[in-house]
This record gives sequence, structure tokens and C-alpha cells, in this order.
Amino acid sequence: MGDEARTEICITGFGGQGVVLAAHIIGHACALIADKEATMMQSFGPEARGSACTATLVVSAAEVLYPYADHPNILVAMSSDGYDKHAPDLAADGIVVYEEDLVTPQIGPAQQGYGIGSTRIAEELGRRIVQNIVMVGFFTAVTALVSEEGMREAVAASVPAGTEEVNLEAFDRGFEYGRELTASHRDVAAPAG
Amino acid sequence: MKTDPKGVLTGSHYLDGDFACGEGAMAAGCRFVAGYPITPSTEVVERIANRFPLVGGTFIQMEDELASMAAVVGASWTGTKSMTVTSGPGFSLMMENIGLAAMMETPCVVVDVQRAGPSTGLPTMVGQGDVMQARWGSHGDYELIAMSPQSPQESFDLMIDAFNLSEEYRVPVIILMDECVGHMTEKVVIPPADEIEVTPRRLTEVAPDDFLPYQINGQLVPEFARAGDGYRFHTTGLTHDERGYPGMSVEAQDANVSRLVDKIRVNAGDIVRFDEADTEGADVVVVTYGITARVSRAAIDIARGEGVDVGSVRLVVVWPFPEQRIRELAASVKGFVVPEINLGQLVLEVERCVAGQAVVRSVPHSGGAVHDPQTIAAAIVEVAR
Amino acid sequence: MTVEARPDYAETVEHPMTPFLRMDRIPHVWCPGCGIGTVVRCFASALEKSGIDLDKVSVVSGIGCAGRTAGYLKLDGFHTAHGRAIPFATGLKLGRPELTVTVLSGDGDLVGIGGNHFIHAARRNLDLLVVLINNFTYGMTGGQNGPTTPLSARSSTMPFGNFETPFNLPHLAASSGAPYVARWTSLHVRRLTWSIEEALERKGFRFIEVVAPCPVLYLRLNKLGDGVQRMRYYHDEAEIRNGADPGDAAIDFQGKILCGVFVDEERPTYQELMDEHYGNVLGDDYVPMPLEGGMLGGG
Repeated sequence: MGDEARTEICITGFGGQGVVLAAHIIGHACALIADKEATMMQSFGPEARGSACTATLVVSAAEVLYPYADHPNILVAMSSDGYDKHAPDLAADGIVVYEEDLVTPQIGPAQQGYGIGSTRIAEELGRRIVQNIVMVGFFTAVTALVSEEGMREAVAASVPAGTEEVNLEAFDRGFEYGRELTASHRDVAAPAG
Repeated sequence: MKTDPKGVLTGSHYLDGDFACGEGAMAAGCRFVAGYPITPSTEVVERIANRFPLVGGTFIQMEDELASMAAVVGASWTGTKSMTVTSGPGFSLMMENIGLAAMMETPCVVVDVQRAGPSTGLPTMVGQGDVMQARWGSHGDYELIAMSPQSPQESFDLMIDAFNLSEEYRVPVIILMDECVGHMTEKVVIPPADEIEVTPRRLTEVAPDDFLPYQINGQLVPEFARAGDGYRFHTTGLTHDERGYPGMSVEAQDANVSRLVDKIRVNAGDIVRFDEADTEGADVVVVTYGITARVSRAAIDIARGEGVDVGSVRLVVVWPFPEQRIRELAASVKGFVVPEINLGQLVLEVERCVAGQAVVRSVPHSGGAVHDPQTIAAAIVEVAR
Repeated sequence: MTVEARPDYAETVEHPMTPFLRMDRIPHVWCPGCGIGTVVRCFASALEKSGIDLDKVSVVSGIGCAGRTAGYLKLDGFHTAHGRAIPFATGLKLGRPELTVTVLSGDGDLVGIGGNHFIHAARRNLDLLVVLINNFTYGMTGGQNGPTTPLSARSSTMPFGNFETPFNLPHLAASSGAPYVARWTSLHVRRLTWSIEEALERKGFRFIEVVAPCPVLYLRLNKLGDGVQRMRYYHDEAEIRNGADPGDAAIDFQGKILCGVFVDEERPTYQELMDEHYGNVLGDDYVPMPLEGGMLGGG
């Protein structure tokens, strides 16, 4: 549970944002490409089809014994409802990765926050539906959990056939934005002034 | 024989336990599935409905679980390997025809992705409360085999074993999965078809005129004739003789039912399967199955950190229960800890086998979540002291 | 006048249906005057006339007096759980599509406890021939009220007369989608045999109701005489109207029994629809279930 090798990730949003697919892609990259153990769980029932939807991942060098992410190290928030629900569980030194036009996070003193207008970027690409993939690209850059190549491969393997191009473009846009953000050491959540 | 490569999706996949179970069934040679949708098992049949048209199998969504199980028994009499998939409320409805399958000695597989009950309970949340139902759920005396996977990988692997055991012993084999494993996505490696050994139906070579459907010739499992091969046999859910004809007598009942039970009890040593670890010199042994086995390993690590010498027995095959091994261990340990996501079911079996020789501590959970490993660890430490 | 020794019929005369029956199970369980044996005889005759390969014919029954029919026919025979003959037969047919799968059972079994399966099998147009022997009661358990017991008729659980509206079975089958729907009584031996033979040539969910006497329970409880008197009632009150609206086929207590072939249409079966649909959608990727069963040989 508290072992060093274990990273707990919580991805949350509203139904239709592709929360589960985003988690699946990250898990796929960790488990099949990066050769880590990666256990994904997801919410089921009506909430997965409209209201708050959550998927979690436990990534570890060793076998995952306890499969749930009770105290995530990384919270990916794509809706404010999801953020409100899961932020209290975030580890004291955790990271929030969020949709900055939809979520206003309260970042703790030892926590880090990285925001992106993933929906806007997806809309610029003409496909709002790829918002989650923009977020996956951004996540890849700011967390460095899995290599860029590994995650791209997982995106290509997971999205519907024929949509690889737009999804990889979305990934690249998110990744670039995240890389610039981390390179500039700009902590968007730091209180202004 | 080796399985048909058409049903085998060889390679590494990121799959949930339900999908892995569906793939396992197809790799095992299953070509008929009848089912009725029920959370959290539905993804198994959705996977199969997607792939069966490509591999020569037929899936039919029946009107209820009574019909699903009846159709599976019927289909198996054609020699086509058959299964159904459900969860607690549906499992209850299937008990009638699971009994028929046991009585007619019909190979088939029933997957129960357990959720918390009773009744409608917690449809989307985990439970392990069907363990005793799997063993005793249909009326009368019979024996069957039940297996419990702890991961998506094992959800695939055990399906091959389940179909093979059902063929070997002509019994329903229950896969006691749980919602946590069913909805858990992990890496699943599917081997090439030529590495998957499947047990064919034990078709008789006796000529139709000389064939009796329940004649055993010194074995405990009779040979099989499929419908449509000219044997013109009869079978019934009534107590029957070697001819498959009803026999309404104490003698017929004894011969018929004793054999149904004996074919599993006598062969239990070959069927029983468990992972045993660190029991040599252990003070405490944790007996677990399914998802709870994984959570218990986290608890064992915690207890070891507190200096307890603890081992484990993880049941891969839950029924028949490894009575002999538990009895042996009971002579040398201080106690057993039995965590389950129910209020104490398989612990009764452990208690029966331990027979007072050691402490037996249940770690119950009424369902909806897996145990907190700390709770199990505390029980281990307590039993050790 | 010289009296010659009478021939030993048991030795010298074989019943013409012997090849179709499990003679080692005779005598059967049915009561004197019961109509079920007649239906079995007609069923066997129809099979004989049809010239069908008997090795490929399965007969499935549920529970009850009529549920015992599968046990006397020398075919692959399945005496299944109460109410489950139709879903069991569904598995047989889909598991080995080349089989001719028939269901012989009673009213309580097929439309009481098994009623849901009945309407769904008709809706799907599964390729099954269902012969339902309707004796208006649960005979095996002692004459209880059933789903076809006529209004006001007495049964052991409606001792003051039945106040539940019974099913009109041809109407139920037809409105659920059955492409072949007929009704006869056990008096109509030739017509019933011919109708079963005709139904064997058709495909899809074929339904034949046979009204048959239960002298020991239904007739006794209702003071309706013996089996012979029942034949007289069938003779007087059965009205044959092929093509009649099944909606007109309800049976009142001691009322008219509308008989005939009410529906005889062509409608694609479940398997035909499946094959056509997957063929259209998946093209050459579609692998239908082999006619002899699925993955019997391995890789």
C-alpha cells in the first residue's frame, strides 16, 4: 500500500469524456510496453454513463496486491464534480493534472498542479471527443510515468481503427503543452502575486 | 488434443477479468453460450457476442437464467462445449438446471461473477457470498467442481482447466469469480493455440445396440453419446439406471447418487488445487480464494513486519475442498485466518477440517469492497499471540 | 365346431409402432382412457410417414404425465426439468443445427411454469416442433388448476370451480409469432398424424395443441364420465375450421373446441436470420456453427 514502488492514479470526469479509455491507455502503456504491473479499476452503473465517472490505476514494479487507489499520488480531474469528490483523498505530496477551464483546484503546500485547456485544444482539432487523449498526452509530459513513445503506441493500439491520426495529433498537442509547461517551471496553481 | 486456433487471441492484452474469461472460454473450445444480462458479468457475454460469429460459435441471449442454463445443458448433449455466465441473482435461478446437469452428467461451465447479496444486494460491488451456494445450491446430493480466479490472467487460464475438468468428470464446473476481478484490467497473456491442451468429449466407441448411457464398466464416469449419432439413448433428471431409464427405488437411488458424489470424492486428490506458500514452520496459515487472496498477501507482508511467521493456502479449486491438507496443517500451526467477502462461509469448512486442533479465525466482510489489509493483518497477529 | 388354439398375439404380432417405441419400458405410466398414448402413436406414425432420419431426431419433454413421452419414444430422448423442455431443446438445436428437435409435453409444463420460454421461442421462431398435450389439469400431481383449465371447471385447488381465465393457446402461439399453429383433439387421430407430418416438413416454431382427456382427475372431478364419453364430446363439439382466426379458439367449459390448422406461413427461423444477418454484416469473416456441432475435433 504505502510502498515506494507503488503509484496510485485516479482519473475522474463526467460520463462521455472518455475517462475509462484514458485510464485504459495509461494502463496499457505501463503493463504492456513499460513492463510494469498496472491494475485498472473503473466505476460501473449509471454514473459511468452520464454523471461522475472514475477510473483508477495502481502502477507498481511488484505485483499489485491491493487493487484500489484509496490515496492517489496523481489525480487527473476533467470535471469539477470529479475533482471535488476525489481531491480530499489525494496524497499530501500528490499531483493534480486538470482541465483548467472546468476545474479550479486547491493545491496543497506539498502538492503540484498542472492545468491544460484540453477541451479547447480538442475543439481546435475539430474533434471535441479527443479531449481525453489531449489529457493523456499532457499527463505523459508532466508525470513522466511512461515514455512518450510508449504512450503513443498505447494510444494507437486503443483508439477505434481509422481514428489513429487525429488521436495521435491530440496526444502530441497535449504532450507539447505539458513539456513546455514543465520546462518553464511554471506552476500554474501557485497563488498569483 | 490441441485447441482450434480460431478461438485463440494469442498475444499480450490489457483486459479486464470478464473479457479474459470470455477469451478463455473460446480458447478452451466453448462454442455455445446462452446467457441473460446481469451486472457485473455482462462483459463476458458481450465479448463472446462480438467474437463468436468469427469463430463458429453461437451465442443466444435467453429470456432468463432458467432458460440460459437449460439451453446450456441441451447444447452440451450435442458435444458442443457450452457455458453460461451470471451473477448472484441469476446464479440462484440456475440452480434448478445445474442440478439437472449434475444428474444427467452433462459437461458444462457456469461463470458466477459474484456481487454482494442477498437478493439484488449491491449489483456493481464485490462479494464472495456465493461460495456455499456453488457447493450446495441445488437440491439433493451431488458434487461438482468450483474454481476461483484471483486475476484477469487467471480468469483466462482457469477457463481452460474448467472446461477440461467438466469433460473429464462430466460435471458442471463453476467459476467463482468476483466483481473485483471481473472489472479489474491487467495484462493478460494468451498463449499460442498449439500450447493449449483441451480435453475432448469422451465419446463412446461401443455400438449403439450395445450402448447404455450410464454404464460405467468399473470407472466412475460413463462414456458419452451425442444426440444425433444414432444411439437413440434416453436421459432424465429422474433417478435412473444404466439405461438412463427412471428407477423409482432405494437401490436405484443409491447406485445413481452415490456415483455422482463418488466420482468427485474419490478423485478429489486429482482435482484439488491450491497454492501453498511459507507454511513450513508457520504459526499462522491464511486460507483464501479469489480477490481476497491478493489482498491477504498485502496483509501477510504487514504481519511479517510485526514478526509473525505466517504462511498461506490459496484455493484455486474451492470445491472439492483440500480437506486432507488443512487437516495436516492443523496439527502443526497455532491457527488459521480465513478472510472472505462474506460473513463466514468457507471458514466453516476450515473449522470442520481443523476439528479443534488449532484456532480458526474468520475475518468477515459483508461486501461492497475488499478487506483493508490492516484488518486481516491484525487478525493474523492476534492468532499468532 | 372345432375350436382351434388361439394364436399367441404377444408372440406373433408386433405392434406396428414397435420400432419407434422403447418396448422394454412398456407398460407405460398413463391411466386407462388417457389421451397421451394416442398422441405418441400419432407422433410415431407421422415420423414414419415423413421418412425422416430418426437418428437425427431428438425428443424433449418436461415434467408431468405428458412429460413422460420422451421416455417411450426410441429416439434421442431428454426428460428435462419442469418447464424447461423448450430452452433445453433450444440448446440442442443450436448446438447441432442438423438435428430435428421436437418437444412433447403438457399444458402445465409448457405454458404454466414454462410459459415465458414458450412465447420467446415463438417470437424468435426457433426451429422446434412443439406438440402440447392439453388435458386441462396437472395430472401427475393430482388434478390441480392449470393455465388452460376452463372457467368454472373444478380442480383440486379450485374445488369450488375455476375463476381464472385460461389461455387460448393457438392465439398465444400465433400472436407470439409461431408460423405454424394447429389444434386437434386426441379423437382426430388421422388429422393429427397428418398435421404432425405436415409440421415436420415446415420450419420454425411449429405449434400443435392436442386436447386430450384426463379421465382419472379432470373428468372425475367434473363428473364428465370416462374416456369414451370424452371422445363423444370431442366428436360432438369439435369444429374443424382450417384457417380460422386463432382469437376465436378459446375453450369454454364443455364448450365448442375449434380445431384445424390456423396458421401456416413462412417466416425465417432464428438460425436463418442469424446466418443472413452475420453474412451481410461480416461477409466472409462469418463462421457459422458447423451443422454437426462446434469445435468437436480441435485444431
